[in-house]
Parts: sequence; structure tokens; C-alpha cells
Amino acid sequence: MSLLDASATQLLQQLAAAEITAVEVTQAYLDQITRHDATVRSFLSVPADEALAQAAAVDARRGRGERLGPLAGLPVAVKDNLCTTGWATSCGSRMLENFRSPYDATVIARLKAADAVLIGKTNLDEFAMGGSTENSAFFPTTNPWDASRTPGGSSGGSAACVAASMAPLSIGSDTGGSIRQPAGFCGVTGLKPTYGRVSRYGLVAFASSLDQVGPLARTAEDAALLLQTIAGHDPLDSTSAPVDLPDYVGTVREPLAGLRLGLVREHFGPGLDDEVEQAVRQAIREFESLGATVTEISLPHSQYAIATYYVIAPSEASSNLARYDGVHYGYRTDETEMLAELAAEKKQLQAAGDQAGLDDLDTPLMRLYRRSRSEAFGSEVKRRIMLGAYALSAGYKDAYYVKALKVRRLIRGDYDAAFQDVDLIVGPTAPTAAFGLGDMVDDPLAMYLQDLYTVSANLAGIAGMSIPCGMTAGGLPIGLHLQAPPFAEDRLLRAGHMFQQATDWHTRRPELTTASPSGTSQKQLP
Amino acid sequence: MSLSKADVEKVASLARLKLTDEELATMTRQLDQVLQYVQQLEGLDTSSVEPMAHTADLANVFADDVLRPSLPRDAALANAAKRDDECYLVPAVLGD
Amino acid sequence: MTNTAYETIIGLEVHVQLQTETKLFCRCSTSFGAAPNTQTCPVCIGLPGSLPVMNRHAYALGLKTAVALNCTIPEFTKWDRKQYFYPDLPKGYQISQFDLPMSEHGWLEISDPKGEFATKKVGITRAHLEDDAGKSMHDERAGKSDSRIDLNRTGTPLLEIVSDPDLRSPAEARAFLSELKLLLTYLGVSDCNMQEGSLRVDANINLHIPLDDRTAATPIVEIKNMNSFRAVERALQYEANRQFDAWQSNPVELGKPGGHKTTRGWDDQAQITRIQRQKEESSDYRYFPDPDLLPVTTTAAEVAAVRGQLGALPAALRVTLIEKYKIDEYDAHVLVNQGQPLVDYFEALAAACGDGKRASNWVQQDVLRLLNETETTIEQFPVSAAALGELLKAIVAGEVDNTRAKDVLQEMLDTNASAADAMAQLGIEKVDSSDLESLCRELLDANPAVVADLKQGKMKAVGALIGQAKKKNPNVNPGQIKSLCIELVQQLPS
Repeated sequence: MSLLDASATQLLQQLAAAEITAVEVTQAYLDQITRHDATVRSFLSVPADEALAQAAAVDARRGRGERLGPLAGLPVAVKDNLCTTGWATSCGSRMLENFRSPYDATVIARLKAADAVLIGKTNLDEFAMGGSTENSAFFPTTNPWDASRTPGGSSGGSAACVAASMAPLSIGSDTGGSIRQPAGFCGVTGLKPTYGRVSRYGLVAFASSLDQVGPLARTAEDAALLLQTIAGHDPLDSTSAPVDLPDYVGTVREPLAGLRLGLVREHFGPGLDDEVEQAVRQAIREFESLGATVTEISLPHSQYAIATYYVIAPSEASSNLARYDGVHYGYRTDETEMLAELAAEKKQLQAAGDQAGLDDLDTPLMRLYRRSRSEAFGSEVKRRIMLGAYALSAGYKDAYYVKALKVRRLIRGDYDAAFQDVDLIVGPTAPTAAFGLGDMVDDPLAMYLQDLYTVSANLAGIAGMSIPCGMTAGGLPIGLHLQAPPFAEDRLLRAGHMFQQATDWHTRRPELTTASPSGTSQKQLP
Repeated sequence: MSLSKADVEKVASLARLKLTDEELATMTRQLDQVLQYVQQLEGLDTSSVEPMAHTADLANVFADDVLRPSLPRDAALANAAKRDDECYLVPAVLGD
Repeated sequence: MTNTAYETIIGLEVHVQLQTETKLFCRCSTSFGAAPNTQTCPVCIGLPGSLPVMNRHAYALGLKTAVALNCTIPEFTKWDRKQYFYPDLPKGYQISQFDLPMSEHGWLEISDPKGEFATKKVGITRAHLEDDAGKSMHDERAGKSDSRIDLNRTGTPLLEIVSDPDLRSPAEARAFLSELKLLLTYLGVSDCNMQEGSLRVDANINLHIPLDDRTAATPIVEIKNMNSFRAVERALQYEANRQFDAWQSNPVELGKPGGHKTTRGWDDQAQITRIQRQKEESSDYRYFPDPDLLPVTTTAAEVAAVRGQLGALPAALRVTLIEKYKIDEYDAHVLVNQGQPLVDYFEALAAACGDGKRASNWVQQDVLRLLNETETTIEQFPVSAAALGELLKAIVAGEVDNTRAKDVLQEMLDTNASAADAMAQLGIEKVDSSDLESLCRELLDANPAVVADLKQGKMKAVGALIGQAKKKNPNVNPGQIKSLCIELVQQLPS
């Protein structure tokens, strides 16, 4: 088995047995990136020299018989919204294109402490807002299975790089489905942990009460490996849960006896693609053959989830993104141009004798803010900032924001009731397989409706996972969505592993085209 | 209710954005569409439901009042678009 | 100076920096005066990805203050974001408390021993915690058009204390601030240094003007930029007069067209307030619960525990001093208003000499004067309460008179001597009673005119003898000379 085909778990065993070196593994993945990322475009930056240096250091320490961390020598790709000291952390935005963090996110610090090799920062929708990675300010990522389609998003880069064997493991973040939906579109395993399970410290905030960091991998077993390292209480994040960390790695191979699956009636309604439905129903039969019982359940408020989500998430985002004003860091407009623009407007208003217009004219500081933000944010980010500012503004807050918080409680209540009777909830990850690039860029609402099955888990703060469960006739992966009660990630992982022992969907690999490296405009930040 | 261009302009100012006329027209149409969709929440009776701002049932998370090192000044100012040796610089905050 | 043509309505908003080592939501230092931007971190700069964690001590100090202000402490409080853009506010929002503050519905009693206003309880609307902004510095020098931003202060814990509009004169407002500052000082929650910005005051003021059939209210004005209590009093006086003048020339009422609330800044140089223009939208703060912070819950038992540990607070302490030491209200004010350490000194002194009134007089007239002259605090005063107590006991015992005793205190200060040693150094000895009697007889014999006056009941005449007695023996006690001479004259046959 080649280094690129082996699972992370297998690579770790070979590394530990000194059958292979960390430099060999890292080089193999870097070579794969060189061969194929010109087409896939999953990375925003690949600091290859640093990655190789980290790998060499791990090899040297292993040679000296030093004690090493649990991911020693294993390459991990990281979504570019996690702060990484000294490296670019752009969030896929012009706003932070030149930002260099002076600190590491807790997840990054834990990966470093585990002796993982950070191989690169992956592409994403700007500030993780989107479901296709087309909202990246730099370039869209393509789906490794079909370069004319999106890899999903916002963690499109993290999902695509694992699918294309450019990294054995990657980190994503999920605010409304941003790990699970791209995992489904790219045919990999992606887990959104319970809110509070993984520290958010250093994750650039999109919607703070919904954001969670999680693993993407080829298998549930590999996802367990990565989750084990990144999860756990962090005193730097007030919302981090003081809940003991189970032994995911030690238990993932244990099958779940008497597993009770709940099938959400509302998730098999209009809008669900036939092929996707067939694959999901086949997967559920597979679980039944493994001893699971399936009952139909209802999440009566799930029909309100998208509306609720698209009030709460933009409201928080409008506030979280207020800090990007060009003053302390990030993009600032050209001040000379800005002052000239203001002077011209002033002259015009004076000539017209428009006193009200003159009174309303921006101060230079106000105009600095407005130009900096408008020039550096993309249209989806502006749309969400506007939506959120509106939903929180005087006169509308109760009707939109407070109302949505109330419905959120009802949605959580639905889950609490359902999990009285079932262990896991099962259904499709997304209504369709990967859609085409450009298909929805002009129709934000249609794009938002793609999150139909995933946003509820974020609103309720529960755990969810997508695993590959089939292929469309056109050769695109289909994702199966499993949801678990708070802090039952171990149950998700065991169910996933159980399924993956019985099926081979997770072993399918796309056939990648090899583009000539010279024909690319790959962004390589220092 | 339907969103007007004036509403959108006001929100843009509140959010410190400056939209071109074209952006303003598109934004008004798109936001209106999303808000129309969101209005389905109105039909739901939530009179006896408490808002849920956090999903975690946690309270009283504190840190002790013990000093930790601050960033060196150069590291703090390193990302500023405009600075001098000590401070961030912005166009005058006073007056017009 | 009450103007009967109108009633002045004043409410105050006081921001107090709490005395913590570290900031409200990060562990950077709060110390004043460091070089710009040397006390910041990813959290207080608002760098992407950073998150706040609440300072336990700041919450405890806020709670202690709220309990001392007789506030109700709700079981549940939370953090809200108050959103506005300003360069000294790097997150784009202040973390504050909106609809569920940590405390509300309290009161603070103010009184004036000179009787300029009646004792009253001023309502406290609420007291809540929030983080401070940084500093914007503008240098008008030619070619320097940029403002400079220093974020050292960003994130310092503030307690915002809002009074009800219960104050009826600038003097009452000043008394409220003095009493509040005193309370905060006794609690040890803030150094209340206005020059360093650790106590800041905004005032809301309008007038209620009686008309024939009803009362009209003038538009509310919020006054900012006052950097001393005296400035607050003057600004309010100015503003009351200005509003009345404005009313007389153009009667605009609160809430009517043109009658919205405005903000004015106090110009201490010109001694006037000036209008500050604000855009209408800037007041839409879009408050919402901060998703990065969790609520705080407080039980009734915890509040009771805090209340039990408050110690003596100014108002109660005044009553105690009056009752226990038989001093009057004015004296109690003077002593208590000097702060707990001086009260401790006074109580030790009163206990040592057994005479509260005498101890009070000595502290007020002599100790405070000496502290003032030497620019020291009571903690630094070299004469202990026990040592001064010995001196006062000597006065009571007639060993030294009050006037000479002041010299003794100076000697004690100068030479670090005990009261007895200092008296010895000054040659003060107790005059033997037989020596005293012979001295008096000698004086009466030499002054028949005085004797005649005394016989006629003109007791003041004895004063002429005291100077002569002191010349003959500086250690004699004038009081004893006086009473003994009168006694001897009364024994003479008439």
C-alpha cells in the first residue's frame, strides 16, 4: 500500500515502527499537492520547507528514542481560519490577506504538542460563510471527483485535500454544516463535535454560539485519532465544556450492540434528490443488517431551522466582523484616495448648496471604515453583515433575533425528546450531491437551503458526522448524516467505524487529473 | 413588510459599509428575499419560550486575577496598516 | 440658593475603575501610566480568534459595591455586546450588561451636616460591569493630522453606577459623588482617582417649571467632560441657569418637537457647556447577549456572605461614632470623611484617653493640621494613637494644659519621644498642690483690685492673674489657677 493510500492510523503504526520516516510521509503528500493541487486548489498556503523541517525534527527525536506525541510525524492540513503563529491566517479574505497571527489557536497548539506536521492552510469560503468555497477571495476549490463541481463548503479545502490524498487528516470548522456538507460532497468522513467539545480559542469567529472545530479524515477511525488530540477543556474559551474526554481511539473499533437509529420523517420530503435518498435508505438497511433497529421520528421544528439559522448566524457575524475596520490590523483603504474622494464630494455638495448633505457627509474616519470594509469584504460577507445588523437593529431585534433564539430552544427541545428514544439520528447530509461551480452564486437563498439537514445540529449544539454512503450514477459521493446527543462523539465514531467495516464507500478515491504546475496561479504565501 | 433601499442604506451606514448603487439594488432585493423567507417564524407561537443564546448549560466561568505576559509592543502593532513607534494611527478622531 | 422658579432634576452616571491586577476579560495589567501599547494581548486588541474570560476578582468587587449600595442582586446576570465603531474600541463592541444587569434598585444616603439640604436616600437605578475603551490622543501640532491610539486601558474593568433622577441641586449632586467616592474608598474597590480617569462622571439634568395648571419639563441634557467634583457642581449650576434662560426665551418642552435629549461638553476653561453633535444612528447599539461569555449566577446565601463581610461603611460608622464617643454629627462627618485609617486612629485615641470629645478635637485640630503641613497620611504619622493618648491623659490629669500640650505634641513629633519624655524635655512638671496654693495666695495679695472684683462676682477678672502665674511658673495649669483663686477669694471673709 502506498503512503498516500494508507489511513492515518496505519501511517502512525508504520511511523512508530520506524518502517517509514515522517520526512518520507510528508514528502509524499507534498508531492501529491504539487501534482494535483493546481487543479483541486485546496490549499491557500503550503509552507513545504517548514513542514519538512518539522518532520525531520520528529524523525530526529524518534531516532534519539525521545517520547513523542500521539500524532508524531503525521501531516495535518488546517483550515485557514485557525490562527497559526507567523503564518498567514487569511480566512479566505482580502481583509486578512496580510495578517500574521502572534499566537496559535488552541487546536494548533495541541496539534503541535502532539508532534503533528502542519502541512498547509486550506481554502474556505470567506470567513467560513458559504457552502461551496466559491466565496474565497482568492480562488474557488474544485471537487476532486469532478473539477466542474464545488467541493462544498465552507471547509471545502479541508475536505478536498483529504479526498485527493493531499493530506491524511485535516481540520475544518462547522457553523451550519461546513465540515459535514463538504465531507459528504468529497466522500470523506467529517465530524462536527458538540458545542464546547473543542476549543474555539484562535478560531476566527463567524457565529460564536454555533462555530465548532472538527476533524476530516478518510475513516471514522482516523477522525477519532484527530479528535482525541484537539478535543478537551480549554480555560481560554469560556464556552469550552468541562466534560471529561472519552478514549475515542481506544473505543472506536467496538461495535454498538442494539443501536437504535432514528430516521427523521421531515428529512425525506420534497427537495431531496432521488439518488441521494436511495443511497441513504440503502445505508440504513446496512445498519439494520448490522443489528440496528430503525424507527421513524419527528423533529417538528426542523422546517424552521434555516430561517432560524439565517437570523442568528448573521447577527453574531455582523458583530464578530465589526473588528475588521482597518485600524489595528487587516486591510486599510488608500487614505490619499479616500481624502480626495471626500474633498470632491464636499465640493460638489457646497456647489449645490446642499447643507443636509454636508451635515451627513462622512468624517475621514467614518469613510476610512466604510471604504476599508467595503473594499476588503466579498459580497456574501457583506450580505450577512447587513442581514445581521438589520436583525439586531432597533425596532427589528424582537421580531427577528429574539424570535429566532426562541425557535432555537424549540429545535433543541425536539432533539432532547428524540434522543429519549433513539441513540443516533440518521439521514442525508445534503439534499443533493456536489453541485456545479457557479450554479448558485447569484441565488443566496437557494444556497442557504442547501444547509437544510445540517444547521439544526449547530443550533442545538449537538454532535454530527457525515460518512460516505454511496455514489451517484455520475460518480459523485453521497454523504450519510449521523447526529448524536451532546458529548456522544464516541457513539458517532463507533457507528461510523462499524459501517465502514461493512462497506467500502470510504475507500473510493477520485481519479485525479495532473495539471502542469507551471500553468497554475496557486497562491503560495511565505 | 418589505425592505426599502433607504432601509438598506441606513443599515449599511450602521455596519460601516459603503455600497455602490448597483450593490445597493442587488442587496435590497436579496435581503428582502431572505427576510421574506425568515418571516415564516412569525407564524410560530413562542410566547412561552425563553430565548436560547447559548446551547451549553454553563455559568460562572471565571479566571483568577493573576497577571500573564502581554504582547511585546512591536508584536501588538505588527499588523497595523499605519503606526508610529508607540501607537496605532488613524485619521483625526476629533472634529470634521 | 434654591431658585423657586423651577426645580432642578439631576441624575448621575458614574464609571469607576475597579482595583484589579488584570483586565476584565484578559490577564493584561491594569496599571496606570505604562508606555503606550505595552499592556495588550490578542484578547484586548480584539485580534481574530481571541476570546474573553471573566475576571473573578472584578466580579467580586462589583458585587461588593452593589451590595454596599443596597442593590438587589438578581440570581442571573449576563453579558451583552454594545456595538459601535471607534478606534479605541478594537472589537467594535463594548462588553457590557444591558437588560439583566448584575444589580439594580439600590440607594445611597446623602446628608449635609451644615444643613444646606435635608438628608435623603438617592436611588441607584443599577450598577453593572463593563470593559473600558482605550485612549485616542490627538495632537494638533502642524502636520500631525492623525490621532494616536493606545490600547493599554482597553479592557480595564469598570463598574457603571447610575443614579435615579433624585438629586435636586448641584450641591446634592456633589454630595452624592463625595459620599459615593467615600463608600468606594472604604470598600477598597477603587482608588477613585479622577485625574487618572479611574472615576468618571456624566450628569443628566433638566428643569421642572411650574406653570399655572401643570409642570413643564425642559429637554434633558447629558453633560460630559467634567474632571472634578467641583467641575460637576459648576457645570450643573451653569446648565440649570442656561436651561432656564433658554426656557424663558423659547419654551421648548421635553419630548415635544426640538425637545430631544442632547449631549453637551463642559469647558472648564470657559466655564460653560457646549453642544456635542452626534449622528442619530450612533445610538443604535444593537445590544445582544455576548455568545463568547456565559451567564453569572449568584445565590442569596452568597449575597448574604458578601454583606456580612462589608465591614463598617461610612453612614453606619458616623452613627456609631456619635453614639459611642458622644461627638456631634459634624465631627463624625469630618472624621469619617477622612477615611477608615483616620477613624481607626481616632477610635484608638479615644480608647486610650477615655474622652471621645477631646480625642475628636485633637484629631481634627492638631493631627489633621500636622498631616496637612507635612503632606503625609495618617498611616505615616509618627505619633501613634497610644502615644498621643498618653498626652491627652496628662491633660485630663491636669499635668499639662491644653496649650502646652500642643508644644508637647510638636516635641513628640520632632524627637520621637513619648509624651512623658517630651514633657520632661520641655521642663513640664506637675506643680505640687501646696506650691500652687502658696502661689495663688501670693498673687491675690499682690492684686487687691482683682480680689475686689471677684468678690463682686466679676469672675473674668481672674484672667489677669493667669499670665502672672505663668511668668512665675510656666508649668502651672491655668484652669487650676483660676479655680483655686476663686475658691480662696470665696473663703475670705466678706
